[in-house]
Amino acid sequence: MIEEADIDLVLNDLFEVYGYDFTNYARASLKRRISRLFLLDKFPSFAEFRYRLKSDPGYLKRVIEGLTVTVTEMFRDPLFYKALRTEIIPTLAAKPFIRIWHAGCSTGEEVFSMAIVLKEANLLHKSLLYATDLNPQVLEKARRGVFPLVQMKQYSENYIESGGQNDFSAYYTAQYGQVKFDESLAEKMIFSTHNLVSDRSFNEFDLILCRNVLIYFDKQLQERTLNLFDESIGTLGYLALGSKETLNFSSIKAKYRQLNKEKIWRKIG
Amino acid sequence: MAENRLTTSFKAVVIGGSAGSIEVLLKLLPALSSPLPVALMIVLHRKNSTDSSLADLLSSKTMIPLHEVEDKDPVITGAIYLAPADYHLLIEKDEVFSLDDSEKVNYSRPSLDVTFESAADVYGSSLVGILLSGANADGTAGLNLIKTRGGFLIAQKPETAQAAFMPQHAILNAPIDRVLDVDEMAVFINSLNRPN
Repeated sequence: MIEEADIDLVLNDLFEVYGYDFTNYARASLKRRISRLFLLDKFPSFAEFRYRLKSDPGYLKRVIEGLTVTVTEMFRDPLFYKALRTEIIPTLAAKPFIRIWHAGCSTGEEVFSMAIVLKEANLLHKSLLYATDLNPQVLEKARRGVFPLVQMKQYSENYIESGGQNDFSAYYTAQYGQVKFDESLAEKMIFSTHNLVSDRSFNEFDLILCRNVLIYFDKQLQERTLNLFDESIGTLGYLALGSKETLNFSSIKAKYRQLNKEKIWRKIG
Repeated sequence: MAENRLTTSFKAVVIGGSAGSIEVLLKLLPALSSPLPVALMIVLHRKNSTDSSLADLLSSKTMIPLHEVEDKDPVITGAIYLAPADYHLLIEKDEVFSLDDSEKVNYSRPSLDVTFESAADVYGSSLVGILLSGANADGTAGLNLIKTRGGFLIAQKPETAQAAFMPQHAILNAPIDRVLDVDEMAVFINSLNRPN
C-alpha cells in the first residue's frame, strides 16, 4: 500500500529531476495512477521505483504516460458535437478566420472530429486547429492521424448521432487493422507540446476545447487553467469542457454564459 | 462498544451495486428518513450513457436531495450522491469529489473498488461500505480496505439479491460486519449518529 508521503516523494522527484510539476493534480486520482504503475512494473520496493525514475530518463516516458490519462474517442458525447454543429459553428462562419485550441488533446481523436465538423460546414479552409498536450508521445500519434480500425464502428455511430450525414468511412482508408484519416483534414492542424501547469497563453481563440482534463486537477490548478483560457478567448468566443466539468467554482464564471444543456460557455464580459 | 460505534461518528456511507441493485435502491431510498445523518454515495455499474435518467428515477423516490456528481462537488452531510456513468468516482482529502475517466477496473467504470478505496483513505473509521446485488467480484477488495482503515461493512443478504454472486463473494472474502436485507439496511442507516 502506497502512502501519502510516498506520493509526495515521487512528485518531488519528477519536479526536481525533470521539471514536471504534478503537485496540483487531483491527489486521489494521482495516487491511483502511481500505485497502478508501481504494481504493473513489479517493483520490489517503492525506493527502487523512485531510483529507476530518477536515474533512467527512458523510464520517465513510461511514468508520464502512466500518470496522464489518454482516454479519448472521436465524437465523444455525440450530443455535444451536435450542439457544436448547430449552435456554435454557425456563429463563427462569418469570421474571416477561425482559431480553435484543443488543450490536452491526447492522441487527437477530438481534433479530427472537429476538422470533420468544420469541413462539413465548409469552414475548414479558413480554420486553424491548435492541438496541445504535455505528453510528446501522444502528440506524435495525433500527428499521424492513424487510429485502430476496431473503434470505427463506435466512432461511426457517434458521428451519425452528432448529426453527420456522410458515409463516415469516406474520411479514412483502412489497412492492416488501422485507419489513416484523410490528409486534407490534418492540413489545418498544428500540434505542439504545452503544459497547462506551467505554460502561458499563446494566442487568441474563437473556441477552446478542454474536455476531461480539468477533472485531473485540483481546484487551485483548475482556477489557474481557467484563467489561462479566459486570457486566450476573444469576446464572444467559446469554452467547451467535459460532460461533468463546470465553471461553477471559478472566478471567471461571471464573464461567461452557459449554452442550454451542453458544457459550452460563451464569453460575454 | 460495538453498539456505541454504531450510533456515533459516521460521516459517510458508500453503497455499491451491480445487476439487480436498482430495484434495491428503489425500495431503500423511500425508507430513509430526512435529514439523512451522513453523506450517502451510490456507485452502480450502469450502461455507458451520459443521460441522467437514473438520477431522475432515484430522485423521485426520496425527499432527500440527490445529485449526480459533477467534478469537485463538495461532499455535504444529508445529501445523496450518484456516480455518473463512465467515470470513476473518487473523494479528495478536503472532501470534494474528483472524477476520473481512466481505464476500467474489474471491467467497470465506475468501479466499486475504486470508490470504496478512495473513501476509505478519506473517511477511515467513519465510513460504512455496503455491497448490494451483482454478478461479479467488484467491491470485495474495496471493502477489505475500508475494514483495514477501521470502517464498517455490510453486505446484502444474498438470498434477497437478484444476483447473489457479488454479496456472496464479499461475505466469503471480506470481514463483513452485518448481512442485512433491504429493510434492515434502511433501519441501520437511519440510526447512524443518533443516540438511542
